[in-house]
Amino acid sequence: MKLNLKIWRQKDRESQGKLVDYVLEDLNPHMSFLEMLDTLNERLILTGDEPVEFDHDCREGICGQCGMMINGIAHGPLQNTTTCQLHLRSFTDNETIFIEPFRSQAFPIKRDLRVDRSAFDRIISSGGFVSTNTGQAPDAHALPVSHQVTEEAFDAAACIGCGACVATCKNSSAALFTSAKINHLVLLPQGKEERQERVIRMVEQMDAEEFGHCSNTEACEVECPQGISVLNIARMNYEYNRALTRRK
Amino acid sequence: MLTTLSRKMLLCLTGLFLGFFLIIHLLGNLQLFLPVEEARLQFNWYSHFLSGNGLIKMVSYVLYLSIIVHVIDALIITSKNKKAAKPYQKDQRGRASKWYSRNMGVLGTLILIFLVIHFQNFWYVYKFGTLPVDSNGNKDLYQLVVTTFQEWWYVVIYVLSMVALCYHLIHGVHSALRTLGVFHPKYVRWIKVAGAVYAILVCAGFAMMPIYIFITTG
Amino acid sequence: MNLDAKIPEGSLEQKWENFKKTAKLVNPANRKKLEVIVVGTGLAGSSIAASLAEMGYQVKAFCFQDSPRRAHSVAAQGGVNAAKNYKNDGDSVYRMFVDTLKGGDFRAREANVYRMAECSLNLIDQAVAQGVPFSREYGGYLNNRSFGGVQVSRTFYARGQTGQQLLLGAYQALMRQVGKGAVKLYSRHEMLDLVLVDGKARGIIVRNLDTGVLERHAGHAVILATGGYGKIYYLSTLAMGCNGSAIWRAHKKGALMASPSWIQIHPTSLPQSGDYQSKLTLMSESLRNDGRIWVPLNTGETRKPNDIPENERDYYLERRYPAFGNLAPRDISSRAAKERIDAGFGIGPLKNAVYLDFAKAIKEQGRAKIEEKYGNLFDMYRKITGFDAYEEPMMISPSAHFSMGGLWVDYELMTTVPGLFALGEANFADHGANRLGANSLLQASVDGYFIAPYTVANYLSGDIHTGKIDDQHPAFDKAQEAVEANLRKLLAIAGNKTVDYYHKTLGKILYDYCGLARNEAGLKGAIVEIRKLREDFYKNVKIPGDSITMNSELEKAGRVSDYLEIGELMCFDALSRNESCGAHFREEYQTAEGEAMRNDAEFQFISAWEWAGADADPVLHKEELTFEVLKPIVRSYK
Repeated sequence: MKLNLKIWRQKDRESQGKLVDYVLEDLNPHMSFLEMLDTLNERLILTGDEPVEFDHDCREGICGQCGMMINGIAHGPLQNTTTCQLHLRSFTDNETIFIEPFRSQAFPIKRDLRVDRSAFDRIISSGGFVSTNTGQAPDAHALPVSHQVTEEAFDAAACIGCGACVATCKNSSAALFTSAKINHLVLLPQGKEERQERVIRMVEQMDAEEFGHCSNTEACEVECPQGISVLNIARMNYEYNRALTRRK
Repeated sequence: MLTTLSRKMLLCLTGLFLGFFLIIHLLGNLQLFLPVEEARLQFNWYSHFLSGNGLIKMVSYVLYLSIIVHVIDALIITSKNKKAAKPYQKDQRGRASKWYSRNMGVLGTLILIFLVIHFQNFWYVYKFGTLPVDSNGNKDLYQLVVTTFQEWWYVVIYVLSMVALCYHLIHGVHSALRTLGVFHPKYVRWIKVAGAVYAILVCAGFAMMPIYIFITTG
Repeated sequence: MNLDAKIPEGSLEQKWENFKKTAKLVNPANRKKLEVIVVGTGLAGSSIAASLAEMGYQVKAFCFQDSPRRAHSVAAQGGVNAAKNYKNDGDSVYRMFVDTLKGGDFRAREANVYRMAECSLNLIDQAVAQGVPFSREYGGYLNNRSFGGVQVSRTFYARGQTGQQLLLGAYQALMRQVGKGAVKLYSRHEMLDLVLVDGKARGIIVRNLDTGVLERHAGHAVILATGGYGKIYYLSTLAMGCNGSAIWRAHKKGALMASPSWIQIHPTSLPQSGDYQSKLTLMSESLRNDGRIWVPLNTGETRKPNDIPENERDYYLERRYPAFGNLAPRDISSRAAKERIDAGFGIGPLKNAVYLDFAKAIKEQGRAKIEEKYGNLFDMYRKITGFDAYEEPMMISPSAHFSMGGLWVDYELMTTVPGLFALGEANFADHGANRLGANSLLQASVDGYFIAPYTVANYLSGDIHTGKIDDQHPAFDKAQEAVEANLRKLLAIAGNKTVDYYHKTLGKILYDYCGLARNEAGLKGAIVEIRKLREDFYKNVKIPGDSITMNSELEKAGRVSDYLEIGELMCFDALSRNESCGAHFREEYQTAEGEAMRNDAEFQFISAWEWAGADADPVLHKEELTFEVLKPIVRSYK
């Protein structure tokens, strides 16, 4: 199959970027989207052009490193799928595809399609953990946790930190990412002890990173590769309200 | 300094108060559907009662304040969101959400413009203009309403504004309850339906008034 | 060279206790004067960095990914083993030790293996305390499943994302220390060389991958937790960035490499579908709990799998290994698959796969139960292949997965370079010639949480009077100059072939001659071919751009240039071992039934290789293995 690509090229953080046209022919529809970019890069290198820089690593949808806007949709047309798991069979022959980086004030573009998502790391380091040191743990069976609660906590913990929620949010809100971690931890007895401090610190850090407000449009859940529920955001609000009313 | 969540809370509380006011406003205005002479006396008495009552006066100030805070807070939130987000060359993000949930600001602006017209039509004239009195000696606001809604284009403005309000309320109530922190899946579903029913009833009720008057008195 | 494993005194059960009792300590006031460099932020790296920082050491952590959470531990699916015996099915530390040692074909140290089994108990406790949502039963207690090569259920799991959840636990512990300022985090930094001062590991040279700037970092000890080098085969289950460069460059600075040819080929990954392919996605081994593996009984079968009647299917694992059936260990399952595929029974468009069938399990347990257990794996299968595995069998094939080999370390996880430690998959220590499923997360974690915190402290106790290590020392200058020269050399080649071409070609050579089956002639030929390929690489590779900006091709070129050397060493290693053991199957050494033939009389040792220069053959050193508790037996899963 043939594809007409319009790819965002930007030299570095400060430079102005622009869309550049490329045409690829004789592509196999079973090829993954990133393998298509590999093919393009191979060609660019051999013709003396600079290859396109893009984020990727595990290529099985779990590391969260890949991520780009494909035709104006985070991770492309398939819902709940990372870019690396997208295959060319999701496109039609001779289709024009726009490929842009995830855009947000909090995710500066480093080069081409690569963005800096270290804001997410800083949100986690502000409180996304259980304050326990190595070697202090009681026996794993000391505290039973119900099957249902564990499954709910897992649903929230499944977040891969790719940033599609931010990219797809009209406000660049990080509410889904932040709330998923808050809820994963608050649901489990081990994480309940510091629930107040955690939610306040993580929300403040989220704001300091200049993410926008959540407007509850719920687009993030639709595009999230892990299908993290927007109810996490409601629950984060509950936790935050609860913490504010109880704070001394 | 407010956090993103606190700002949303402020928007939520003022919005819910305004939404609650709409119910009272609607119930009171249902008097317009009475037979003409009965409606005139009832409605004018009711208007007189509202403007004379001290408690109601207090509430009205809270109401004005809520409108102002809701608008200013929304402006701040929107400007911060605009700063946080960056535009795409090709943007199809809209596939994942409802158009009205993404355009609360536009809907809100329409509603604000409507409010200005609405206040100018009735509130301003009632407060600062001169109106004839009815047989009970109350200012004849009813006549003003009837006169206004005999203009077809006022009816159109009012009805369209109620459509805007309806969408604003459908998303607004839903979003407000999220902000309050209602997260249980069962109640969330129920509340979403209840919020939509509320929005449709209130807006349909208000929209019926100009249409009814246009048809029955025109 | 004398390879002293430094195994502590005492009976097997007492060795680790004895070490801990007598290990030297560092006073809390002195700890903040000591700096430790940790390279890699997977399970082993994150956990040791967090643990050391909690104790009060100054830690610098490095990873090449854009966040520590993306390290490839994240991709482990099936689970983590621990001898908790919560299932009351007769499990114990000793039984786990036996299973692991036997699974590794008696090519690992007894003391190390026993310690790993022993520490597995604490790991589950630690992970639960961090908030890892392991699967639980309705009563609220932890659930287990069974994995290949064992007859008990000792595998703890969090759906099919156990690695992700364990890594996030360690990552969160790490980020907590980063937030406190106890760990300095350098993401998107790649280690390009190790710096030795007076024979001790005292620092590293790294390249900031976003800016291209070279930096020097000094410390009292260097810990490499950089994972495995299975990506050397190009097509593998590993991430695109996984590489062997950190350990290889340490190897060139004097650390011995042990058993480099022991690479596990995982039996259940998705088959290759074309030349463009960059990766073979793993389907968790846990699927073999409920899936049955088969190929058609006739070659040239053209019917769809569901149309092939039961009596025309060959459930070859159940046929050949009735006791373990579909849960036979990985090396055996992979080889059995290769045997069928090579014999012409392979399925799929390229005839390179076998079926993994869930029809029976779905019929017996219901679709909902299978969905709960493996839902995410079935989803992933559909996304990648476009087929629905609830309706028809999956197509799977073997793929390079895990390197049992790695830097040689002693019982204290220290390499032959003083002050240089290797943790997790980067070392060779615990799995012998074949790793059992769900033991890799375990090894990485216990190395980082429970072993290295003691052994690194034991080493650092000798450094409390050393003072700050100076990164302006001439040794740093020299190392940095060498790194710069190497980058210049690569960029100057300006040939006409891409880096990926060399990587793919090398991978093909290794799959063919140093993969599931090896023989003398093939290995000798492979060494010649790899040398030629390497020569060609330095003449004809083309790397665009420069070294002072972000340049992915330059990063890849550095890694592939190392692979071209590691691959050669793998062939030397495989060639020198005239026996079949675990993942190492020499065709000359097999029984009449095609099973592996080990040779304990001559090869009961660990091969540790010394770098002798680019143009010289590597030098072999041997660490003899002694088995005091468990006498080696023939490994049979029949």
